[in-house]
Amino acid sequence: MWDPAVKRVESILRNWRVWLAVIVVLPVLAAVVLWLALPLYKDPAANILSNPIWFPIIVAVVMLLSILTSTAVCILAERKLAGFTQDRKGPNRVGFWGLLQPMADGMKFFFKEDIIPHNVDKPLFMLAPCITLTISLIGFAIIPWAGDVHFDWMAAGETVSTQVASLNIGILYILAVGSIGVYGIVLAGYASNNKYSFYGGIRAAAQMISYELPMGLALLCLLLVCGTLRLEEIVNQQAQTGVWYVFVHPLPFLLFLTSVFAEANRMPFDLCEAEQELVGGFHTEYSSMKFAMFFLGEYAHMITGSAIMIALFFGGWHCWGLTSVENTAWWAMLIKLGVYIAKIAIFIWFFMVIRWTIPRFRFDQLMRLCWLALVPVGIVLLIATGVLSAVMDLQDGWNWLASLAVNVVVLIIMLAYAARSKTSITGRQGNMPDVDVRPT
Amino acid sequence: MRDEDVIELREPELSAAERLYLPQIWDGVKCTVRHMFSIKLRNETVRQYPEDSRDTRGEVRVANYRGVHRLNKDPDGRVACVACLMCATACPVNCIHIEAGESPWPDREKYPVKFDIDELRCIYCGMCEEACPVDAIELTPQHDLVGRTRDEMIFDKEKLLHIYEETKALKPRKNPAITGYG
Repeated sequence: MWDPAVKRVESILRNWRVWLAVIVVLPVLAAVVLWLALPLYKDPAANILSNPIWFPIIVAVVMLLSILTSTAVCILAERKLAGFTQDRKGPNRVGFWGLLQPMADGMKFFFKEDIIPHNVDKPLFMLAPCITLTISLIGFAIIPWAGDVHFDWMAAGETVSTQVASLNIGILYILAVGSIGVYGIVLAGYASNNKYSFYGGIRAAAQMISYELPMGLALLCLLLVCGTLRLEEIVNQQAQTGVWYVFVHPLPFLLFLTSVFAEANRMPFDLCEAEQELVGGFHTEYSSMKFAMFFLGEYAHMITGSAIMIALFFGGWHCWGLTSVENTAWWAMLIKLGVYIAKIAIFIWFFMVIRWTIPRFRFDQLMRLCWLALVPVGIVLLIATGVLSAVMDLQDGWNWLASLAVNVVVLIIMLAYAARSKTSITGRQGNMPDVDVRPT
Repeated sequence: MRDEDVIELREPELSAAERLYLPQIWDGVKCTVRHMFSIKLRNETVRQYPEDSRDTRGEVRVANYRGVHRLNKDPDGRVACVACLMCATACPVNCIHIEAGESPWPDREKYPVKFDIDELRCIYCGMCEEACPVDAIELTPQHDLVGRTRDEMIFDKEKLLHIYEETKALKPRKNPAITGYG
């Protein structure tokens, strides 16, 4: 049936040697091009690589493109891991080990018919996927990818920051962008003119409002210790002391992690699309590239969410014995970026493991988990951290162990309380009558 | 209804760990990760279809597998069908269409001028095979039939005879037909 030429191409693409060659040759090619091109920029006056205005734009373009590309890879990874957890092999037909699957998916999305139903609110219907994707992408503007970097042709001691925008309200920006992220979903639900979609949008909004609270409380605990809102300074503090804030604040990290899951609409909290109840929820009416944009938005949200979590709690680009604040050479920048990307990969893997482990919450369970478990714990932790940081400087020496101990104590009290109470936190069993089922 | 028929169902009490969530989540993650990294489990579970199908493993029971139809030929190479229309009558979905004509051979009265089977309509029940008095129509173990159009999936006499040529090595014709026609 197939053309012999098509078969030939297919066999080439399924050969692992070809892929190995591409992986080796592409970086070599890039290095050669850079080596040829860099002398053009050695003149400091015309040099955009050391210009504090142009360099962030380069960073923005590079990171934007890499995030958009990696969302495609993420989708392949998700499908592969989904297969692995269910003892399947995942997509493995297109290219070697299924590596070209994202391309095939993308082409499929492009060539599908783009259906706009008759009774939708057309402008909003078109706008919603754009908003979702954009909002989930702009979060990465404040992420300090690789600290400061000093290029050879710059004056001694002069550096540029590998960050798109160094905002002095960094963490507030996270909160703002995080809560606006639901806007696209609500709009999609509203514009679809479909009760299920609308219900999905409503759920997303309610969930977002609830989970903003534990997120804010967790961030407050962090702020009490680090005393700055700038993300790059938070990362620098962790790199200088060598103590990641996850060791200082394990429980706030847990709260933050849960909230990020909820905010990215990932599996235990993806009530707004709940295909079993809501026929796909907010994206029921979407097809073709608009649907793909929702999809990309979700994965981009995952990537930026984990990048922010890493900057706040896992030391950003810091890795013991590998990177430091003082080392600002260009090769150190590459190592830092590599460390950061590796951490993001681990986090995304964790996101996927959780997705294939925990079933979705019911809506009332979701609300109880937030208001009865996460928020009280957050408030207790905030008070405890506040008292501690008033008594001592937690950044100093081994004082962080005190914060860790307080966290452990709170965790034990929490677990003891939950173990003693008759009901689970999500309140399923409490005052349930005995069920008496008689066969009829 | 007697008293002993009554079954009392109570919701199972959650253990302390289950009420706490975190230990159970940890257990679940362990299970997920165990499956995720077990190449052995994966290879035991998955069979790659075209490369490793039931045909290649010899698991298909050739004698009674109900796949694509074929029209048998008698030892002289003529179509064995005598156009009695028994199969078309027996067919529950009316997917067999036969046009009978006067046979050019002296040993039988009729033969099929046209013999079309709509393979998309067919439900592969095997009733035609049961009904055939001369064992002319049979189902073969071939199951991977594809086509680009619906018309392509209406198999005519030539195609059905061709399938016989293809599959006679795998599934030889049954015992000589009782009618002695072929």
